[in-house]
Amino acid sequence: MSPLPRPTTPGAGILPVSPRWPDRSFRWLALLAALSIVALIVLVGWELYAGAALAVKKFGVGFLGSSDWNPVTDKYGALPFIFGTLVSSVIALLIAVPLGVATALFLTEMAPVRMRQPVITVIEMLAAVPSVIFGLWGVFVLVPWLRDHVFQWFKHTLGFLPLFKGPIYGPSMLAAGVVVAIMILPIITSVSREILRSVPNLQREAAYALGATHWEVIRIAVLSYARRGLFGAAVLGLGRALGETMAVTMVIGNRPDISASLFAPGYTLASVVANEFTEATTDVYLSALFELGLVLVALTIVINAIAQLMLRTLAGPGSGKVM
Amino acid sequence: MVQTAPLPVSSSASTVRPSAPASKPPPAVPVDDLPAFDIQGFSLWYGSRQALYDVSIRIPARQVTAIIGPSGCGKSTCLRALNRMHELTPGTRIVGSLRLFGDDLYASGIDPAYVRRRVGMVFQKSNPFPTMSIEENVLVGLRLNGVRDRAFLQERLEESLRMSALWDEVKDVLNRPGTSLSGGQQQRLCIARALAVQPEVLLMDEPCSALDPIATAKIEELIQLLRERFTVVIVTHNMQQAARCSDRTAFFYMGKLIEYAATREIFTNPANPQTEAYVSGRFG
Repeated sequence: MSPLPRPTTPGAGILPVSPRWPDRSFRWLALLAALSIVALIVLVGWELYAGAALAVKKFGVGFLGSSDWNPVTDKYGALPFIFGTLVSSVIALLIAVPLGVATALFLTEMAPVRMRQPVITVIEMLAAVPSVIFGLWGVFVLVPWLRDHVFQWFKHTLGFLPLFKGPIYGPSMLAAGVVVAIMILPIITSVSREILRSVPNLQREAAYALGATHWEVIRIAVLSYARRGLFGAAVLGLGRALGETMAVTMVIGNRPDISASLFAPGYTLASVVANEFTEATTDVYLSALFELGLVLVALTIVINAIAQLMLRTLAGPGSGKVM
Repeated sequence: MVQTAPLPVSSSASTVRPSAPASKPPPAVPVDDLPAFDIQGFSLWYGSRQALYDVSIRIPARQVTAIIGPSGCGKSTCLRALNRMHELTPGTRIVGSLRLFGDDLYASGIDPAYVRRRVGMVFQKSNPFPTMSIEENVLVGLRLNGVRDRAFLQERLEESLRMSALWDEVKDVLNRPGTSLSGGQQQRLCIARALAVQPEVLLMDEPCSALDPIATAKIEELIQLLRERFTVVIVTHNMQQAARCSDRTAFFYMGKLIEYAATREIFTNPANPQTEAYVSGRFG
């Protein structure tokens, strides 16, 4: 490194300025990259719509409300799949959010420091397991176990509810919910953990200084401070759950029925598309599958939009002003 | 007269629920001259690092005691040991005895939560709970104690906000979030929150270091009012502040209590050359 030239008369001894073109070309390159993502989304949407055009024309809005799914008569409806997607995702959230938030609380507020990193590593490994492996494990281990023990217990103790009535096959909406819950647990846990870690220690100390117990500190200082972020973590998990395909296909039973019972098999938008695109022999059949894809994308967007709206009404740090 | 013997409390025990009329003043200061804190041979370690060395000090009741000293001298540690807040840092260890109006705060079986109900604390940065309104912030400590009596809560709300000189500014906006207030108001809100559970002692850890001079003056004024009913221990970086608003001053250096005397003595006629060097601004 040579020493900087001393400031002398203007213009003399000043280091040459780098050429401007790398600056400009980088800007164009970055803009191109950003635009290509937008283009990709538009393209996917357009292709989906183009593929679905035939079915849209044939079935109209009735497609969304129809429970028919009959390749023989070429009659198709999306309702059982929308139902299956929503129900299995909600079950997954009901299981995974409390479990994930509790795990995150344990990791940030309670676990001895030495224990934290190993647990985090295990959770990250869970996220790395391929979907199909969860499906395989679901089919051969989880579903038989749920069928022989857990479902029986539910049937005996809560059998008076329509949710837990009816024959038990094994592959079912509930089984799919459990598998998806396991699959979205890592994302919910790690996002929740980051959220909880971002709660300032000063908040915890404020509660401790009032004579709060450990649990009270978590309740009044940690959870309430973090509630917006935790809601966001749940929405992120829901997004994953809605689109989860492989493992769900393997355990949900793949029957386009709408049943009040969680023991009954179901079908989701993602799994019917994955399962049936190879056997879609007629144009209308294929087009109906495309339309299901379109519905799935729309559903995800609508749910995210609703979540954003709900987030806005939830008071928390960053929105401390009166609504 | 000594305070009743300490009982470990669970969260549901309503120790602050008054049996006497709610307007009763905060726990009566003993009539004899029992000090608020009687600390003997107190040492504290963070892991293997010793932060306090054999501190012995008697902090009188219903007076303002300032703790001064350069950064890292142990003054904040000492303050946090007074309500066992230092235990939130893992790996701390103490020896020695620390009594609050005669009760050993470190005796086995004493719940730190119980200690903190008797010894409240205000922090360097104001920290109202952002999801709670002004009212909820003040009353959260009472609600934790299981107090549900609306009239009583209302009375205590006003009383606490009046004591912290905030009532007139917030009485019409009690449902606004605590974080909607200005920095100085937030700090007074935190003082009100600490006072609402009627502690015997209020600890203040550099309560004005994040405030402008006007807000600082208000807090100092407030400290003068508080001393009529509470024992106040304040840690401060600001020697003028110690000189202005305290009755007694303790000077800490390198984890040791160097000198402890009436504030006027410390600032005009210190016995120890280190104290003299510090208060005259030659180091620290």
